[in-house]
Amino acid sequence: MKRKVIVGGILTAVLALAACGGGGGDGGSGTGDASAQIQVGSLYEPSNLDNTNGGGQGVTEAFNGNVYEGLFKLTDDGKVEPLLATRYVVSPDGLTYTVTLRDGVKFHSGKSLTSADVKYSIEKVTAEKSQSARKSSFEVIKSIATPDAKTVVVTLSSKSISFVYNLSYIWVINSDAKNLDTSEDGTGPYKLTAWKRGSTLTLAKFDGYWGDAPKNSGVVFHYFTEATALNNALLTNQVDVVTSEQSPDALKQFDNADYKISNGKSTTKLLLAFNDKVAPFNKVEVRKAVTSAIDNKKLLSSIWGEYGTLIGSMVPPTDPWYEDLTKANPYDPALAKRELAAAGLPNGFSFTLDTPNYDPHPTAATFIKSELAKVGITVKINVITADEWYTKVYKNHDFVATMQEHVNDRDVVWYGDPTFYWGYDNPQVTAWVKQAEQSSTTDEQTALLKKVNAQIAADAASDWLYLYPQIVVASSKLSGYPVNGLNSQFYAYGITKS
Amino acid sequence: MTRYLLRRLAFLVVSLFLASVVLFLLLRLLPGDPANALLSVGATPEQIAAARHQIGTDRPLVEQFLPWLGDLVTFSFGTSFVSSLPVGPEIASRLAVTVPLTLLAFVLALVIAVPVGFVAAWRSRTWYGTLLSGVSQLGIAVPAFWIGILLVTVFALQWRVFPAGGFPSSDWAVPSEALRSLTLPVVTIALVMSASLIRYVRSATLDVLGSDYLRTARSLGSSFFGAVWRHGVRNGSVPVVSILGIELATTFLGAVVVESVFALPGLGSMLTKGIAQHDYPVIQGVLFVSTLGVLVVGLLADLAQRLIDPRLRAGAVS
Repeated sequence: MKRKVIVGGILTAVLALAACGGGGGDGGSGTGDASAQIQVGSLYEPSNLDNTNGGGQGVTEAFNGNVYEGLFKLTDDGKVEPLLATRYVVSPDGLTYTVTLRDGVKFHSGKSLTSADVKYSIEKVTAEKSQSARKSSFEVIKSIATPDAKTVVVTLSSKSISFVYNLSYIWVINSDAKNLDTSEDGTGPYKLTAWKRGSTLTLAKFDGYWGDAPKNSGVVFHYFTEATALNNALLTNQVDVVTSEQSPDALKQFDNADYKISNGKSTTKLLLAFNDKVAPFNKVEVRKAVTSAIDNKKLLSSIWGEYGTLIGSMVPPTDPWYEDLTKANPYDPALAKRELAAAGLPNGFSFTLDTPNYDPHPTAATFIKSELAKVGITVKINVITADEWYTKVYKNHDFVATMQEHVNDRDVVWYGDPTFYWGYDNPQVTAWVKQAEQSSTTDEQTALLKKVNAQIAADAASDWLYLYPQIVVASSKLSGYPVNGLNSQFYAYGITKS
Repeated sequence: MTRYLLRRLAFLVVSLFLASVVLFLLLRLLPGDPANALLSVGATPEQIAAARHQIGTDRPLVEQFLPWLGDLVTFSFGTSFVSSLPVGPEIASRLAVTVPLTLLAFVLALVIAVPVGFVAAWRSRTWYGTLLSGVSQLGIAVPAFWIGILLVTVFALQWRVFPAGGFPSSDWAVPSEALRSLTLPVVTIALVMSASLIRYVRSATLDVLGSDYLRTARSLGSSFFGAVWRHGVRNGSVPVVSILGIELATTFLGAVVVESVFALPGLGSMLTKGIAQHDYPVIQGVLFVSTLGVLVVGLLADLAQRLIDPRLRAGAVS
């Protein structure tokens, strides 16, 4: 399984966040059979069923929006919509959020939803022992009040424009629920009926659901540890859909009328990250030279064929502040040589590239090495394990350059933190990031973060090699599935099988 | 025989204890911190310290070792760092896949290897005798995952007669379904296993066929098969049985590759996942059960040899 870096929480599972998407897949006309059970194949089995206890991306994939719901929901195309909340009011100073809950919502156990459950659920994420990747986003919460059963009032210590978006990650859980590691009590359209560890997780339609009933009778997630076995299951109709294909080579066998291949938008970026604090990468010219010397397009096609995209900076297209910045540092070896000369290194230099030992890093590192050799830069590849990466690079900042996948959406803000592992330190960017979070409107936030994005590209803070594709392969009988899989979510209630 | 048995059982307990110490220490000598594996990359040093405290890896080794020893005696195997779930019940559920897989493969391998090995020896100078031993040589060189992929391609993807992988979520509730899922993995393991078994059976048979006692028996009027049956099988099976023990143990441990090719929720896949997540209780638990399995198989093989060959029993008493 691929290891990813979540920077929102930061580097956790890079893939987890990368898989953001919107729901909706391809259509979802209503011609399907409502009694059909949908068989979903995935490589990401939850380690437990509690997302505040390190359940991993698998539990998000299976449960988010299906079993548990939030006050708000992130659609497959990255928009935030009310779900268990019907409306919210923000005080003029931007510090108090008053949220009104939907009527008639029941937990799977039969209890009605109240504001106490919402308070409990938020506090579960922010609790000391919580292992939620989202914990740090809620440090701004000062207090939560529940004046009546339908109203939740959250007071913040400073303005946070992302607060409503962040709330979309909080699952509302019955405050009386026990054993959430192995069972659940949510409000979603499905309830958990069985979890056979190492094999399958079964969800069935919840009859007391407050909203529209799912378009199928239930979903079985089948878990595989090996991509070939997963693809074979799709070929033999054991599963109807594979949530995320990890290799373009596997796609040829599905290139026929029996299957549909969708090329969705991911949020996983492959980065060549420099240590911007140490020589020679403390010089903008050197970073720009390296960036311009590497043909990212060629690298992408050698790994992903016709899939994936170049973005030229840290922001993926599903983030509201996306801009195509591929022209900021074009592939141009002659330019690279001029930049090197400007940096006082006309004969190049050599550096060590700390390369995680799992795909695609070793392949990409070899490619980078040969590209940089053409402009006189010598790369020494140092292969390290994920653990070593975490300790050496992430914690101790003991590196010159490294490679990593960053999976989260909306994670450009890490360039505003000079203590982050890559050591990028531009006070103007730090100020913009801070102002963006404090802004009163999303337009203001968007404008500021666009400036951040452009500035880090101008500074070649890192080399954003490419954005991963998000490839979903399904039987052609299936429709209505999410294609972007934003942040690993996989809304199953709209899926129909004909 | 009783004294021998007691001695062997004592040896088994001591071995298990030593294994538990070695397993425990080796895991803790490995680089990497399980607390890191539990947290997202943005975790603060305080969060990491809290996670270490929660799973107990911040305690002195002795204080970690004694509870583990206690867990072993009760077969509960402690609680997974990652899932906070008890390890014992999961091992039990995984064994419900791995044990039938291994045993069925073992039986099938025997069914293939004994007659083939015998014929390969008995007719060693004919073309088919040579062919049989040639094919078995080849079989040893072929990796299990390759045979697995080949079987999947033919029987699952082309002919659709068996599933390509997976195991029924209802486990053994519908035995025919479970058996159908196990067929290709069982055949895969059995083919690999029988390749080496054939060679042992063949060489044991050659020894027997060239032996003085067989010639004597025949000179006293026994038919060829009668002599082989009365004297040869017993003599020939002593070396084969000890090999069988080793083979069975190897198969049990090697099931991990086959389980991954066929997406089976067995002990092997549990181990791989545990290793990837630095989940010490899971790794320790699985390896301990495997060690126990190997030791028990070894003991049974020894006992079987003694039952077959009275000379070994005599040796033990003296």
